[in-house]
Amino acid sequence: MLGKTAGGLYWMFRHLERCENTARLLEAGFRIALTRPDGSNDDWGSVIDTVGARAAYMEHHDQFDQAEVVNFLLRDPANPSNVMSAIDSARNNARLVRTALSREVWEATNECWMQLKTALAKPVPDRDLPEVLGLIRQLSGQVRGALHGTMLRNDIFNFARIGTFLERADNTARILDVKYYVLLPSISQIGSSLDNVQWENILRSVGGQRSFRWINGTEVSSHGIANFLILDSRMPRSLAFCVNKLQSNLSYLEREYDLRHPCHDMVQSMLGRLSAHSIDQIFENGLHEFILAFLSESAAVGNEIERNYRFQE
Amino acid sequence: MHCRYADPMGDTPQFFDELTRPDGQPRSPYDDYAHWFGQEDIGRLRRKSLEAETFFRRTGITFNVYGQQEADERLIPFDVVPRVLSAREWGRLTKGIEQRVRAINAFLYDLYHRQEILRAGRVPRELIAQNDAFLPQMIGVTPPGNVYTHIVGVDLVRTGEDQFYVLEDNARTPSGVSYMLENRETMLQMFPELFSRIKVKPVQDYPLRLSRSLCACGPPVTSGRPVIAVLTPGIHNAAYFEHSFLADHMGAELVEGHDLRVVDGRIAMRTTRGYKAIDVLYRRVDDDYLDPLNFNADSVLGVPGIMDVYRAGGITIANAPGTGIADDKAIYSYMPDIVEFYTGEKALLENVPTHRCAEVESLSYVLDNLADLVVKEVHGSGGYGMLVGPAASKKELSDFRAKLTAKPDKYIAQPTLALSTVPILTKAGLAPRHVDLRPFVLVSPNKIDITPGGLTRVALKKGSLVVNSSQGGGTKDTWVLED
Repeated sequence: MLGKTAGGLYWMFRHLERCENTARLLEAGFRIALTRPDGSNDDWGSVIDTVGARAAYMEHHDQFDQAEVVNFLLRDPANPSNVMSAIDSARNNARLVRTALSREVWEATNECWMQLKTALAKPVPDRDLPEVLGLIRQLSGQVRGALHGTMLRNDIFNFARIGTFLERADNTARILDVKYYVLLPSISQIGSSLDNVQWENILRSVGGQRSFRWINGTEVSSHGIANFLILDSRMPRSLAFCVNKLQSNLSYLEREYDLRHPCHDMVQSMLGRLSAHSIDQIFENGLHEFILAFLSESAAVGNEIERNYRFQE
Repeated sequence: MHCRYADPMGDTPQFFDELTRPDGQPRSPYDDYAHWFGQEDIGRLRRKSLEAETFFRRTGITFNVYGQQEADERLIPFDVVPRVLSAREWGRLTKGIEQRVRAINAFLYDLYHRQEILRAGRVPRELIAQNDAFLPQMIGVTPPGNVYTHIVGVDLVRTGEDQFYVLEDNARTPSGVSYMLENRETMLQMFPELFSRIKVKPVQDYPLRLSRSLCACGPPVTSGRPVIAVLTPGIHNAAYFEHSFLADHMGAELVEGHDLRVVDGRIAMRTTRGYKAIDVLYRRVDDDYLDPLNFNADSVLGVPGIMDVYRAGGITIANAPGTGIADDKAIYSYMPDIVEFYTGEKALLENVPTHRCAEVESLSYVLDNLADLVVKEVHGSGGYGMLVGPAASKKELSDFRAKLTAKPDKYIAQPTLALSTVPILTKAGLAPRHVDLRPFVLVSPNKIDITPGGLTRVALKKGSLVVNSSQGGGTKDTWVLED
């Protein structure tokens, strides 16, 4: 496969994943804003932080107004990773690698782009927001469905999956990074209504409330949530799950190409760290530090993969 | 609904219509279609028409228009009424096309070797020597199997029952074949019942034939099955869809210049496992941009050094560099002589009578009759920069007259041809519109393979004679009936 094609697949799926994650974050933020008793806009600030766009946002706004934040994340060109430009990039990459995609994957991507272009042509009013956010999730899910249903399980598939899971791990780690303080036992008053709202926010943004209840019942604790999002390898958006998938996809490449690269060792050691620690140890050593280290490692792995598989000259 | 025009051209009988005989009955190739059409409802056909558009958008069968940022990706309008040719009509055409394509390859070989046709005085030497499309870098180079034009598109127009003319030869990088294929695909999806009733020669195996034909032209260094790649200028090129379509259907890699470099005397592509040599490069990049070391030094679309590898036999480039000299509009008028010189036979397909404005007598004739003529730039394409005399305003005529007088050798002129009409579906029903036809020809050392039919381009505007997609033309499926 061409290095450029591998890179195109990787970025196509990173951007698609980013669309979905942004939609999830917005859904959670919107829900919180609707149900918050004090009607404050604090959570919109942390949503902006989670996508790492505070500076870009503050250049054009002086407060976290709901309509502004929603527009900023969905379609404002001032935000380089708004949903519309992410789907644009995903589709441009898909065009670039069209020869590597099944017809269904291409058509699902194109369909996603066409529909979102219409849906996001103008600012989305509150009353249409749930529908539009649902559409983003649904359409990006259709691309994933087509990928699973129609693509050969070869290196093409692996690069698509590597992009997906790096982006997803990054997203979950950012949510934890922004919200880690609500999880710290020393500060939070367990069971207070504010924390419940915050925790709900975290779980909602990764689509994990229901699964969390299956595992933990109604007992909500900061350790429980952190364990769920970091170490529980059954949870498809947890760090452990994503890194496991990264590792398995990279191993397929290693076997298929008969070539081991530095990125393989890096992911191996990330995985090692995740499985060597219990959630108690992570809290003990510092949750914040743990997340920061994870974020910088995942960025480094991304760069190394680009180098090792010659995405560029 | 009757298969008749709702809006006939009326008092314009000078155009040959492919659907209707003078007595108002369908011509025989259209018999079966007309019968089917007679039982159809126009509402259903209109709906199918809209469905087709949705299908094209979803599939991404679009082309990019230069200089129109708003409409970055446009659809070429598709008309649902097929154009039908009989096996007999097609059989005659293929003989002429084959003869012409053979002559073109012999001409190119000769031009880049002994230049006998120039010695014999059949083509003026200065026409070649001063022509940018003639590449001195190709002198003495023999491409594998002596094939210069692996893919040719011959543009034909029809003016009567048995009257076809070659409008131009496309010997560089002819495009449009993906539309031919997708048009058929669309028709098969929309009207399966038509195809079970009427036996139409298939076109869908074109990518396989292309792949086979290219494989047969691999360079001597090839070991095993030749590795083919398609070279595209990138996703912003007007024909990008086609480039990816062809690569996809051939199972070949789609590469850009920056994916390639010279490695050990071969052209190699950067893969996830290192560099891999390419045997046959189907390039959709013009000669000028192919190699910044040998041609345009500013090009970022090509591969530095590819010409040196090519000359040393390390790769096959399809089409070969320098083929543009054969489809140059200044050369065009010599094609009947060229065909005769190399095949020893009279040309089966006629040329449109052409006035070379570089010649004094012709120029004065052209200037005197400008309003009746079509004037084309010798080096132009895509319908840009041409004058259609009968459709031009007084101002356009006088502006063009000035350009023509200043640089006569840049232009050729031809009579305005009475292009045949075929039916298209409009709101009011069937309406006649002018068409041309581009059959696609594959050349390999032992075979000239012509896909039955080709791309029919249709001028959608009533009375218009310009069929180019960049000028508002559309396309339709072209049927060649089985015997």
